[in-house]
Amino acid sequence: MSTAAPEKQISNVEEATVRFCGDSGDGMQLAGTQFTTTSALAGNDVATFPDFPAEIRAPRGTKAGVSGFQIHFSSNEIYTPGDTVDALVAMNPAALATNVADLRDNGILLVNNDAFDKKGLEQAGYDTNPLEDGSLDKYKLHSVEMTKLVRLAVEGLGLSQKEADRCRNFFAMGLVFWLYDRSLDPTLRFIENKFGKKPEVAQANTKALKAGFHYGETVEAINTQYHVDPAELPAGTYRNIMGNTALAWGLLAAAQLSEKRLFLGAYPITPASDILHELSKHKHYDVLTFQAEDEIAAVTSTIGAAFAGAMAVTASSGPGIALKGEALGLAVITELPMIVINVQRGGPSTGLPTKTEQSDLWQAMYGRNGECPMCIISASGPADCFYAAQEAWRISSKYMMPVFLLTDGYIANGSEPWRIPKMSELPKIKISHPEAQDDSDENFKQFDPYTRDDNLARPWAVPGTPGLEHRLGGLEKADGTGNVSYDPENHQHMTDVRQRKVDLVADDIPEQEVNGEKTGDLLVLSWGGTYGSCTTAVRKAQAAGKKVSHCHLRYINPFPKELEAILNGFKQVLIPELNMGQLRSIIRDRFLVDAQGLNKVQGKPFSVAEISAKIDEMV
Amino acid sequence: MSIETPLPVLKPADFASDQDVRWCPGCGDYSILAQMKKVLPTLGLPREKIVFISGIGCSSRFPYYMNTYGMHSIHGRAPAVATGLKSTRPDLQVWVVTGDGDGLSIGGNHLMHCIRRNMDLNIILFNNRIYGLTKGQYSPTSPLGKKTKSTPMGAIDNPLHPLSIAIGAEATFVARSIDTNIKHLSEMLKRAAEHRGTAFLEVYQNCNVFNDGAWEYATNRQTKLETTLELQHGKPLIFGKDRDKGIRLNGLDPEVVELGKGIKEDDLLFHDEKSPEPSLAYLLSRMRYEDGFPEPIGVFRSVKAPQYDEMINAQVEEARKQHGKGNLDDLFNAGETWDVK
Ligand code: SF4
Repeated sequence: MSTAAPEKQISNVEEATVRFCGDSGDGMQLAGTQFTTTSALAGNDVATFPDFPAEIRAPRGTKAGVSGFQIHFSSNEIYTPGDTVDALVAMNPAALATNVADLRDNGILLVNNDAFDKKGLEQAGYDTNPLEDGSLDKYKLHSVEMTKLVRLAVEGLGLSQKEADRCRNFFAMGLVFWLYDRSLDPTLRFIENKFGKKPEVAQANTKALKAGFHYGETVEAINTQYHVDPAELPAGTYRNIMGNTALAWGLLAAAQLSEKRLFLGAYPITPASDILHELSKHKHYDVLTFQAEDEIAAVTSTIGAAFAGAMAVTASSGPGIALKGEALGLAVITELPMIVINVQRGGPSTGLPTKTEQSDLWQAMYGRNGECPMCIISASGPADCFYAAQEAWRISSKYMMPVFLLTDGYIANGSEPWRIPKMSELPKIKISHPEAQDDSDENFKQFDPYTRDDNLARPWAVPGTPGLEHRLGGLEKADGTGNVSYDPENHQHMTDVRQRKVDLVADDIPEQEVNGEKTGDLLVLSWGGTYGSCTTAVRKAQAAGKKVSHCHLRYINPFPKELEAILNGFKQVLIPELNMGQLRSIIRDRFLVDAQGLNKVQGKPFSVAEISAKIDEMV
Repeated sequence: MSIETPLPVLKPADFASDQDVRWCPGCGDYSILAQMKKVLPTLGLPREKIVFISGIGCSSRFPYYMNTYGMHSIHGRAPAVATGLKSTRPDLQVWVVTGDGDGLSIGGNHLMHCIRRNMDLNIILFNNRIYGLTKGQYSPTSPLGKKTKSTPMGAIDNPLHPLSIAIGAEATFVARSIDTNIKHLSEMLKRAAEHRGTAFLEVYQNCNVFNDGAWEYATNRQTKLETTLELQHGKPLIFGKDRDKGIRLNGLDPEVVELGKGIKEDDLLFHDEKSPEPSLAYLLSRMRYEDGFPEPIGVFRSVKAPQYDEMINAQVEEARKQHGKGNLDDLFNAGETWDVK
């Protein structure tokens, strides 16, 4: 530290939440990810929440174009990206206007005041300049001339003004890194890797980053640094991982664990496309990625690949899943294994493409013609996607049926530390195919594709195998022979069998965990991406002495066998969901339990406070 | 040491499944099925390497009657199902059986994209210009004014012409045949099977229940030599009972001319199925009976081009050359990681 620097205090805090926000061209997602990586490397537990606009490039400076990235980091285990923000970086007036409400009182507000000109203020709907009119007095406001300082810092590198201004996010990062006592090294390494081929850009970003850091050191107005100690996490090697990446890697792992080619049939759709992008990078693991002409071709090509003997996967979001509905019926009746991923987003119709929601549960459960049950499992967080993908394939290939895997935009784009497993530690997924027969042999028997094993699974006979020629199809099949059958008894029987196959999974899954006592005043029942906020809220209630327990479902169809007894152990049941009560209605229907809902569809995850308030209201 | 085991010699009956064929008696589909069973044993492929994929419609029952692998999928989607299958297992010979409604109406999108990718599939489109299975509504190939159950005052939508669509999507193999012309049909099935890349074969098929006689002009012994023209590579376009008429280009337009009277064979249009440009094939696909032309049958176009099924697998090989077979432990640990003790 330079000797001229003023005295600064370091204050130790348990946890902190920081949000970077600015125009979608301001590089806020990059700033957020860099800060996340750095905090994770410093040993904190982290949880993140990126929030970007639906338009790729909404007009610059408008509220519609604001992009944000929130990081919660802690010396304890955490489960959510944080309710309120301790430090907010706002790169322009629109970002300030749309985000400042989440900043806690007395929180730190860092703004680029060069962007607060007449036009910027007008676009954000400000009549007077909030930096000057006293409206931000309840925050620790620091107005920084970022644009000017960055231009000065990169002077002499021969950059145009536009190029110089593009380094502003690194200045903001540098300043926040100083504020939270973070090392610049990971970001310097990142700059070297990313911009190594363009030395002037690498240099400029480095200079901007350091300028921000030094600004923190030298400016007297900012007199406190905050420090968050490493968290005590289970021993191991960790990395930070996003949900969609974890899901793609989980699929790669499942393919290898089952010694299968991986086929992904997909059509670009937000927020699922990253699964396609990620798998496309890994073809050398024997991965085929087929970007189909539409969602229907994506799923039907997946059915073709499943017939061909591959580990077949299709990934989409609600509108795409709607288009796949008919084909999923074909997958169910042909009893072929495949994974159908829905990264849920706000609906109906195009809805809120970049925002999260859990409103496709009924679609997964009921959204097909006829009696068409499908096994449904859900991932509870970014890292869990890795394991959920393998579990989906284990069940699908064992029972010979398609399996729905539900995640959501919040999980898909959020990130958290992931303890990296060794492939050798992961359970193998055993798959067998019936063997060839010689049709000139006198013992040759016509192959019957709908005979069943103990799990009611039919044999997965793959085209190319001599002596097992058979025909599948969407018409009802006679059990055993697989011939087309219009027989009334057979149709009833096959309908029952398809349901029983799903039901059998309940005997084959881990016992449902309850977080807390097995009986009490209130059970909070949740599924999917609300895991973190429900866990945190229930722990708080338990700490306050309330008889509240938490049960988080991975398996939704079938439900775990213990669920009914668990529900009956509590006086009240609360089901928080980012929909209007879809799991609740299934639970009420199945168990005749008077479950209450906490429901919200605002494109945003639950805050812990929202769930806590509901718990407090009920007990 | 490897021992060459000769393939067992298969007969048409070996390709028949044990299922009763349920098309209406007299339907043109029977003839196509019979010719397919005759052609398959000549291809030198074992039965297990052959797969039939279909959609929905009368023609799409086809896979049930073949003792090969097969799937009777959903309406219009057979090309997409076949794409997933063939990409995963390029060693299989995959046939797609479709109809005018299945392939051109509900499944038009898949057909077009399958063709432009040049997937190595043999697509046979049974064109009967009607919806048979749903009992007689007009189809996308029904002529203007066609009166059906759903068009009592006549169809008002302009029909599609399957081969024009296929050529527009730059199909590498395009052919046409007729259900009753069995010798020609089996020859076309064989040519389609031998082509690498998407082979698109339209078959004029009579639905004797809901659209009997739709192709009467092309099948009637009295008229067929005047109303159809058998294409032969490198040969002039000649037709007629007495082979006295031909097609000549007048500027960019074809015209029917009579041979003799100063017009020689050399003045006629010569067929070139290998022409790299699809213009000639397209022009032939637009020659219509109702406009006074004989309708060509035979191979319109047969050219070579890279196939999607090969390329998607070549990329896997290429990636393996660059990165080896990959090690997931390395992938998971690449980039920024940290240890917790
Ligand atoms: S309805 Fe027509 S096309 Fe269908 S089977 Fe009968 S005759 Fe053939």
